[in-house]
Amino acid sequence: MSLSEANEALAAEIIGWFPRPRSALIPLLHLAQEQDGYLTDDAMRRVAELVGATPAEVKGTAGFYEMFRFEPVGSYMVNVCTNISCLLWGGEELLDHACETLGVEVGGTTDDGMITLEEAECIAACTEAPCLQVNYRYRGRVTPDDFDRLVDDLRAGRLDIPRHGALSAVRQSIPAERLAGVVPPEQARAAPVWLERNSVEAAS
Amino acid sequence: MQADGYLAHAPGYVLNEGPKLITGRFVHEDSFTLERYRATGGYEGLRAALEMTPAEVHDEVRAATLLGRGGAGFPAGVKWGFLPPGKHPYYLVVNGDESEPGTYKDRLLMERDPHQLIEGCLIACYALGLRQCFLYVRGEMALAQERIAAALNDAYAAGLVGREICGTDFSVDIVMAWGAGAYIVGEETALIESLEGRRGMPRLKPPYFPAAVGLYGQPTIVNNVETLSNLPWLMVNGSQAYKGFGSESSPGTRMFAVSGHLRRPGVYEVEHGVTTFRDLIYGENFCGGIRDGHELKMFIPGGGSAPWFFAEHLDLPLEARPVGAAGSMLGSGAIVIMDDTTDAVRAAWRVVKFFARESCGKCTPCREGTTWLEQILRRILDGEGRPSDIDLLLDIGDNISPGPYPAAAHNGQEAVPFPPRQTTICPLGPSAVAPVVSTIRRFRQEYEDKITRQDPIRIPVAAGAAP
Repeated sequence: MSLSEANEALAAEIIGWFPRPRSALIPLLHLAQEQDGYLTDDAMRRVAELVGATPAEVKGTAGFYEMFRFEPVGSYMVNVCTNISCLLWGGEELLDHACETLGVEVGGTTDDGMITLEEAECIAACTEAPCLQVNYRYRGRVTPDDFDRLVDDLRAGRLDIPRHGALSAVRQSIPAERLAGVVPPEQARAAPVWLERNSVEAAS
Repeated sequence: MQADGYLAHAPGYVLNEGPKLITGRFVHEDSFTLERYRATGGYEGLRAALEMTPAEVHDEVRAATLLGRGGAGFPAGVKWGFLPPGKHPYYLVVNGDESEPGTYKDRLLMERDPHQLIEGCLIACYALGLRQCFLYVRGEMALAQERIAAALNDAYAAGLVGREICGTDFSVDIVMAWGAGAYIVGEETALIESLEGRRGMPRLKPPYFPAAVGLYGQPTIVNNVETLSNLPWLMVNGSQAYKGFGSESSPGTRMFAVSGHLRRPGVYEVEHGVTTFRDLIYGENFCGGIRDGHELKMFIPGGGSAPWFFAEHLDLPLEARPVGAAGSMLGSGAIVIMDDTTDAVRAAWRVVKFFARESCGKCTPCREGTTWLEQILRRILDGEGRPSDIDLLLDIGDNISPGPYPAAAHNGQEAVPFPPRQTTICPLGPSAVAPVVSTIRRFRQEYEDKITRQDPIRIPVAAGAAP
């Protein structure tokens, strides 16, 4: 199965919001990654059908974006930032410590399949350096001790963080009767009514 | 809806004294809810706009000289005016792909006040006759996505977004879109490519502005999150009141993320154009100075792409023109402070490593050049630098961003041209040159000491780290 029934329905809804199906590519890939934890070939083939691209185009596009993974990763992706602001407060030393604690190299996954460690680029928490993300949830001003405690908590399942692939816990949803309607470029050549009416009013 | 693991209350934001045009709600724990937003004047700006004609709203924004907050600092009202008349449909694309090193403001605005951003989008769409808006949020920002999705759902249900907004004939959909980890997508034409479901590579220019040719080839306005977040306040209070803050050429306020070796790093909303770097870094109302026992060595005034500044630049105001005249830029409102313990070569290397990793690979000078710069800096740090390396770094820089360096002398030293000239489609390549030239120009001795091994490397290097 490439996309579950529920995800097929979500995919159809998301595609319906864009003037071109291809624009739904990244949202659908996130959906597939949330379902399986990474992008399976089957899921990418299905997404290709849905957005009207070839599987090669889908994989070629997905490969450009660092968040998409083509092989299974740990349940928790830990991204340690070492960019300039974090560097100044020991981000690289924290990453070294993380490698030691987890017994992996950067990019590696622990033997129990729980944690994948990555070096991150600036994640917009520069005043909270050094910072990291666990499945894209923030932790700031992390000391080596904090890191070890975090790993213990993750392994013990004490934190309510969804497994890798899940981003927002809330999905956008537009009720059909509230939808203004997609505007494909080849249609809707006329100016929208409010723009016309008001300019006429303004002129008169 | 708060997932576990987030710090509870806008970490990083510091409530300093002074006008709060866009961060005023951050003091409320529930600032992101529709209930709190409405209780604090929310959607009044939209209401005010709907009572004006679209042209009047546009005029008000133009009169306010609202400068774009994404990096280039172009006036939003002027940018809006580039839409070719009658070539409908037009689209609005919101750039929420904040990822410039040191920048931390759009994430706060999206997480803490998503309705303010949504209201700003609606005002822009009304003024310009845009019928669809795509709100592109950086992939790594799970909480921002959550808050925006929830806010959009609530706003749709309340009749504030979608069909016949507030019972008028103004209708527009706002759809959230995601990034998936690519810095370059912050460049507006790359963002449009990404929204079209492709690799986020910048488009060839001209046309220079997506207002001419943008999403699906149609006229498109791309605005930054902070820029749009100013619109609700502006509509309620008017351009005259807006110009009561800041300087004449840079009115209003601006958010600055000030990070690095400070006593109180934080995100501050400050008056634009009148506050100086010194105020912000040393003022008790702001960062309170460099961490104890240390002195300022250098600072980045406008994000990882900006040439670096030093103590003699501290009294410049936070305003685009004087900062530009001094050879750098305010960019995305990201100021990174480095004290006297900082290894200039290592700091430059780290910024260059970022650009080498994030180069999209479309233009050869950037794709190859950023990697070469990184490798040469790395070997200098590893004690394997060659005597010719400093000239080689400048020469590579000259191929990405042709400048007076390496040959021409400016104040007796190699100058960084600003704004940069570039052999590339977008400014990413020249951005990688900036820290190299800035540090060679100022701290050439540190490079030479490393190359002649008079300064053995003391700093541990991350195991396995690779661009």
